[in-house]
Amino acid sequence: MAEAQITSPMLTEWDGGALPYAVGHKKLGMWLFIMSDSLTFSALLVGYAYLRLSSDSWPTPFDFYPGIIFSTVMTACLLSSSLTMVMAVLASQRGDRGGVVKWIIATMAGGTAFIVLHLYEWNHLISEGLKPFQLPAEWLKEFGANATPLFGATFFTITGLHMFHVLTGVIYLGVTAARKKATHEDVEITGLYWHFVDLVWMFVFPLIYLLSIKAPIH
Amino acid sequence: MEHNLAHEHAGGGARLYLLIWFWLILLTGVEVFLGYKHLPVHIMIVLLMGLSLVKAGLIVAYFMHLKFERRSLILTIVPALVVCISLLAIFFPDSLRALSLRAFH
Repeated sequence: MAEAQITSPMLTEWDGGALPYAVGHKKLGMWLFIMSDSLTFSALLVGYAYLRLSSDSWPTPFDFYPGIIFSTVMTACLLSSSLTMVMAVLASQRGDRGGVVKWIIATMAGGTAFIVLHLYEWNHLISEGLKPFQLPAEWLKEFGANATPLFGATFFTITGLHMFHVLTGVIYLGVTAARKKATHEDVEITGLYWHFVDLVWMFVFPLIYLLSIKAPIH
Repeated sequence: MEHNLAHEHAGGGARLYLLIWFWLILLTGVEVFLGYKHLPVHIMIVLLMGLSLVKAGLIVAYFMHLKFERRSLILTIVPALVVCISLLAIFFPDSLRALSLRAFH
């Protein structure tokens, strides 16, 4: 099936008739976007690591509930939604349009669950008094007066940008499911974006959450 | 069986994807477990990033289908990204310098 896409006899090479990577132009475009977006997230995560390394005291505030258990369940939601997305692509390969819509709706449900849980977790931190450039008073007692106020800045920026990607993905999935003209390649490309959002979280989750689990009380 | 294998090589079937998903969940569980071992930070970073790279590799290779694409596409995407992201590590010596500047003020 991929073979059929390699050259399009209707177009000359200069009109885009040659496909040197054996993928369509739209899919190649998505790969290029993914490359640039992964550099964006890498830069943010390296910026976070830089600040953390150069700080006297970095807060490690996450309790099992709600921080860690929520973020773990959110990870499972994203991973499972990636599974339902490949099922949508398989259904599309079979030409089963009903199956595509069904599996994409399941994927959107996973993404929505992720956002709802994440907002609950954000709300919990905000209600404790965490601000982008200010730590809650409680945390200053716990982690010392020299604890860096930049914790909130890195946390809200990185998880916020990721949550924005999930939200965009849910909308993108909805558009692909609703479009009657969406081809198999369109479903695959939507899947590429969705898996990338999942992939980014595989780095955000351990770096932001698991490395900031509250230390045991001695 | 022969037919199934050929099909999976062309892009992977539902069973293969389920297996990949299972491994991703399992590795996530291992990461959370490690999070509670409270090991020294540098060991934690190596272990967690190692596991995350394995998970990322599984997602890119199977879910994003890159393993089954033409090699020229893989060679265009992967080495360039690995080099560019690795180059970002050039900032880390400076973060330690910033810390020592503050410690001696």
